[in-house]
Amino acid sequence: MTTQSDPPKRNGFRLSQLIYDTRYRSITLQVIALLLIGGGLFWLYSNTVTNLAAQGKDFRLDFLWKRAGYDINQQLIPYTSNDTHIRAAAVGMFNTLLVALLGCVFATILGIVFGVLRLSKNFMASRLAAVYVEGFRNVPLLLWIVAIFAIVTEATHQPRDFKTGDASMLFNESVAITNRGTFIPSPIFGAGWELLAIVAVLAIGAAIWLRKWSIKRQAATGESPMPIWLGIVLVIAAILLVYSLQAGLMFALLSIIKVAIIVAIAVIGYRVAKTFVPNVLAALIAAALIILWQYFIAGPFWGMFGFQPAFDPSVTFDYPELGGFNFSGGLQIRNSLIALLLALSLYTGAFIAEIVRAGILSVSKGQSEAAFALGLRANRTMSLVILPQAMRVIIPPLISQFLNLTKNSSLAIAIGYMDIRSTLGGITVNQTGRELEGILLTGMFYLILSLLISAGMNWFNNSVKLKER
Amino acid sequence: MSDTHAQTVRYVRDSMIQPSEPPNAQTGAVKWMRENLFSDWVNGLMTVIAIYIIYSVLAAIAPWFYHSVWNAGSLNECREVIAINSPNAMHGGGCFAVISDRWLQLLFGFYRADLHWRPILAFVLLFVALGPILFPNRFPRPLMWLAAAYPFLVVWLLWGGSFWVPILAALGFVIGGIVGYFGNKVGGLGVAVAAAVVSAVVWWVYLMPVVNDGLHATVAEARLETIAEQTEADLIAIPEAQEAIETRMAELNARVAELDAQLEEIVAVEETDAVKAEFNAIMDELETVRAELRILSRDAYYYSQKSTDAKTIASNLEMLPEWKAAAAEGDEIAQRNLSDAYGRLGLVGLEPVTSREFGGFMLAIIIGVAGIGLSLPLGVLLALGRQSDLLVVKVACIVFIEVIRGVPLIVWLFTASLLLNYFLPPGTNFDLVLRVVIMVTLFSAAYIAEVVRGGLAALPKGQYEAADALGLDYWKSMRLIVLPQALKISIPGIVNTFIGLFKDTTLVGIIGLLDPINLSNSIRASSDWNGVYWELFIFIGLVFFVCCFSMGRYSLWLEKQLQRGHR
Amino acid sequence: MKKSVLLGAVAVAGLTAAAASAATLDDVKARGSLNCGVSSGLTGFSEPDANGVWQGFDVAVCRAIGAAVLEDPTAVEFVPLTTQVRFTALSSGEIDILSRNTTWTFSRDTDLNLNFIGVNYYDGQGFMVPKELGVTSAKDLDGATVCIQTGTTTELNLADFFRSNNINYEPVPIETNAEAQQQYLAGACDVYTTDASGLAATRATFEDPSAHVILPEIISKEPLGPVVRHGDDNWMDIARWTLNALIAAEELGVTSANVEELAAAPTNNPEINRLLGTEGDLGAMIGLDKQWAVRAIAAGGNYGEIFERNIGESTPIGLARGLNAQWTEGGLMYAPPFR
Repeated sequence: MTTQSDPPKRNGFRLSQLIYDTRYRSITLQVIALLLIGGGLFWLYSNTVTNLAAQGKDFRLDFLWKRAGYDINQQLIPYTSNDTHIRAAAVGMFNTLLVALLGCVFATILGIVFGVLRLSKNFMASRLAAVYVEGFRNVPLLLWIVAIFAIVTEATHQPRDFKTGDASMLFNESVAITNRGTFIPSPIFGAGWELLAIVAVLAIGAAIWLRKWSIKRQAATGESPMPIWLGIVLVIAAILLVYSLQAGLMFALLSIIKVAIIVAIAVIGYRVAKTFVPNVLAALIAAALIILWQYFIAGPFWGMFGFQPAFDPSVTFDYPELGGFNFSGGLQIRNSLIALLLALSLYTGAFIAEIVRAGILSVSKGQSEAAFALGLRANRTMSLVILPQAMRVIIPPLISQFLNLTKNSSLAIAIGYMDIRSTLGGITVNQTGRELEGILLTGMFYLILSLLISAGMNWFNNSVKLKER
Repeated sequence: MSDTHAQTVRYVRDSMIQPSEPPNAQTGAVKWMRENLFSDWVNGLMTVIAIYIIYSVLAAIAPWFYHSVWNAGSLNECREVIAINSPNAMHGGGCFAVISDRWLQLLFGFYRADLHWRPILAFVLLFVALGPILFPNRFPRPLMWLAAAYPFLVVWLLWGGSFWVPILAALGFVIGGIVGYFGNKVGGLGVAVAAAVVSAVVWWVYLMPVVNDGLHATVAEARLETIAEQTEADLIAIPEAQEAIETRMAELNARVAELDAQLEEIVAVEETDAVKAEFNAIMDELETVRAELRILSRDAYYYSQKSTDAKTIASNLEMLPEWKAAAAEGDEIAQRNLSDAYGRLGLVGLEPVTSREFGGFMLAIIIGVAGIGLSLPLGVLLALGRQSDLLVVKVACIVFIEVIRGVPLIVWLFTASLLLNYFLPPGTNFDLVLRVVIMVTLFSAAYIAEVVRGGLAALPKGQYEAADALGLDYWKSMRLIVLPQALKISIPGIVNTFIGLFKDTTLVGIIGLLDPINLSNSIRASSDWNGVYWELFIFIGLVFFVCCFSMGRYSLWLEKQLQRGHR
Repeated sequence: MKKSVLLGAVAVAGLTAAAASAATLDDVKARGSLNCGVSSGLTGFSEPDANGVWQGFDVAVCRAIGAAVLEDPTAVEFVPLTTQVRFTALSSGEIDILSRNTTWTFSRDTDLNLNFIGVNYYDGQGFMVPKELGVTSAKDLDGATVCIQTGTTTELNLADFFRSNNINYEPVPIETNAEAQQQYLAGACDVYTTDASGLAATRATFEDPSAHVILPEIISKEPLGPVVRHGDDNWMDIARWTLNALIAAEELGVTSANVEELAAAPTNNPEINRLLGTEGDLGAMIGLDKQWAVRAIAAGGNYGEIFERNIGESTPIGLARGLNAQWTEGGLMYAPPFR
């Protein structure tokens, strides 16, 4: 910018140089800007002080430590109406974080699925994806939140119906989907659960290490890496093994034998059947055999031994039960959370789908042709060649979508999801009349959260960015 | 030809065989389906799932739409109609009668029906004004002036007032421009900008109110007599008109009550086809009666407003001498009353409408358009500031943009409605719509700044260097070279920001403005329509969809146009 | 005190040049209209019709004051306000009077620099349940899911009630009546709680109102009344005594139908005469003319007429007078004497 030839040799410094000399002008301008900004801020501050004084108010945060007096339905940390406003704010804060985090995950999944579907050659699928994207993008989120809340409520049964038999619980009486929320069994951690937790962490760590190691091995030898599903199976197997061992040695042995019998039936059945019929049919036969065994033979067979091993696991489950008005026990995932999550992730997912579509389209056609030439199948082409390249285009706008989702979660009040806007910025402000403090604190929370998210995502973006050499 | 050949050479084919039809599986719908729906089993599965989804959605909502009612006076009446006409409807039907009753309100809020032409004209003029901005080559140059005058014109159209107010307001810019022009000659750019801003502000804050009041006073004094006569005549004529309307309304209301009673009887007796026919005949008559009632009550409202205005003017006329005397002695309140009274008496132009009467989609559009329009210059400045070499300016811009973008619009709106009163000097008090527009402007300025920053970044570096090489200073290079290109690139982004903002205007309901969604709550408050749920949301959602979808398509189209321009 | 705002020039028509300093009465008279803060929609209390004309019980109070002060019940500008901004709007001068089902409490009357001018409706928070649940008392609601229309005190009253009775419940706070109603009807809540008047209004619109019962317990005292600013005692007097005039008129048998007639010449009842200005000059004491109360009553009738027309038993809402009957009929409506 500064295309300055040699500074003219003049003796001394004159005041006019502050304006006309490009060397000093920028300093002058900055000082003026600083003065203006400082003056403006001071003006706002002094106005606020005068106004507060005129209304007999002051700026104090001590209301935060007074009794809140209202109840909150969804609490990730314990809270009663006797707790303080600040604890209520914390409950709201965790609720915001929960819905934002889950929302980002679901929105990304939805976005990728529908973004890819929209480019699909299947006429119905691509049109349906287009309807989804346009429908959600072009109608205000508030309407969607309210509408989805109502749909979720109307489409599910009320707890009363479970009494009369109009509705029934799923999965062996363990899950109840009602219009007040979905009730699932909740774990109760008994003695020894720590061991289970340690094993789980170790198993996950080992699986990740194995996966990384196998990828390195692929680079060295060309052997394909360990599939992700195998890692998941290994982790689950390890956890189940320790879980059943903890529950009782005999129980564990018996369980292993039971599983082994099932595996044996499957493998032997499949092998034998394969010699007579096509593979698909063989697999079906094997499956039929397992069902036959498990549901009709296993019970009487094991009953013959009349042996019940001791079963005393470290983690048990609390199952939901229909009580007076409602289900009790278990874990209630409230409809407000489900509806908010659905609305936020469907809405943001529509935007992400467009971003994903643009990202995929930005990868040149030669890349997919080259992948096909190498003999990769369509889905492998997508996951190994196209998506990794599209990622670089996708991630920056994705960050701002995540930020939008987080901020949009503040609409939760419309359907009674108690996020920080509803607790601190809503009921607390209403109760205490401290609107200045309450709204400032709420704003600060969102600001800090946004800055943290964008910092984190920028770091991630930098790590996947094309390393230019 | 062929005959001769036929005789001489026996086995020569003289014409081509018509190509045979492709096999059935390779033509028309079948082929299309094979390729597009069932190319492999994954696709087939997807197709089946998609069809199932469409079927289940349609099965859920189609009957409800099919049984919907468009002609009824209240939700209960809707229920009766459905019960009589389609007793087998599983989930009942929609009561869209609420839309036929209130659609004008949903579009215009409480804006008086006889003045609806003003917002409509403003809306149409918006496109006329946007034309020369978006397509400078296709429109004659003078139309640019319309675009420049549009903001003043639209404020006048919507809020009403004397015709010279927008001119006086625009004069502020002219004065600023003139002062800036001479300032530039005398003292350079910085001085020019400072002088222009100061002079314009001085004009608006100190001189313009004086001129405005003066004009009003002059006009008012000149026609005091006529106004007095006119008001007197009005005060006689209006009650007469009101009485006529009231009589007719009473008749019609009696008829409605009669018909209602008949309906009641019909509902009570058994349902046969004859009863159904009779019922529907009564409903039809009710509709015509109600249509007339609707118009009458609109007129009644018009006259009640007129009568209020006339009474106010009469009392102002009465008080005028007293206020004049007090004002001359320096009584501040009397001075204010006097200027208010003159404002009413000396009005030459459109009838004033307070922004409290704005609502519905009109409000959404006003906030959206004003927000984007006003935020554009601010956003461009912020984007430039963010790229500036001046550290203080850069940091200030970054902080502003990030703070605004980091906090949800709801919180900003609360700030506008609750906190702005704290931040501004004591005694300042202005319109909530204006406050919201200011807040929304600041909000969207931060987003526009990011869009423009993208445009600036997309510009090849050579353009900046070329501008420097030409010896242009910073502002000239920006104005002549960088911004025209960068803004062009950012137009689709700006349109998308606008769509987002337009949708976000639904949030102003949370602070008490009657946007479409909050207005739907007001409509539900009437005991006729309390309990109506989906119908209002469907209507609102549909209007939003149509607006946003067409804007989105336009933005895509624009993007393509601009891309072509770059090649 | 009026400060110009920069943009004021551009949107001069959009500016409301209200300043809290001058006497409210003078302001209102000069403006030619009364700015009245109401709820943006509460069935029976404030609801705009298809033309945007406001109607309802709270609205009628403002119209009466408008008639008393401006001789014109239609010269009232209604400002829809949310619960959160209502007091700010009043103290900043945006409105002259707040008639928005606001509960009279100690802290609001004192700490917020407001003055309640009286009570126009004695309300209380109640419960509504579907009849098929077989609940007869709120104490049977252990474990119930409760839909709350969030307000200012609703959540607190509810928490206190259930806590003091040692009952568990699950609160579902919902912002607007429409959503709360939808949730309740879909069975997502067992109970709906808000002010009893609101419950009645909501129940009246159900497809089958008889399938729902309002429980006998009223768990809070909600004396609703119009509010004015601190510091303008004359304006407070006008508002307070207009409300009292409406109440007294009912007691004295003055209705919108006979008020003109009674005001034409002195009657045998001196209290009526003083109220209607045919004897003495009460109006002058509050800065109005003799006919102020006549106009206020003629605008929408006396208290009983207003009640009957907007929320009474002949309307779909169908509220009984209950506590809001005249003191002579066992209610709490008791206007101080006009002398």
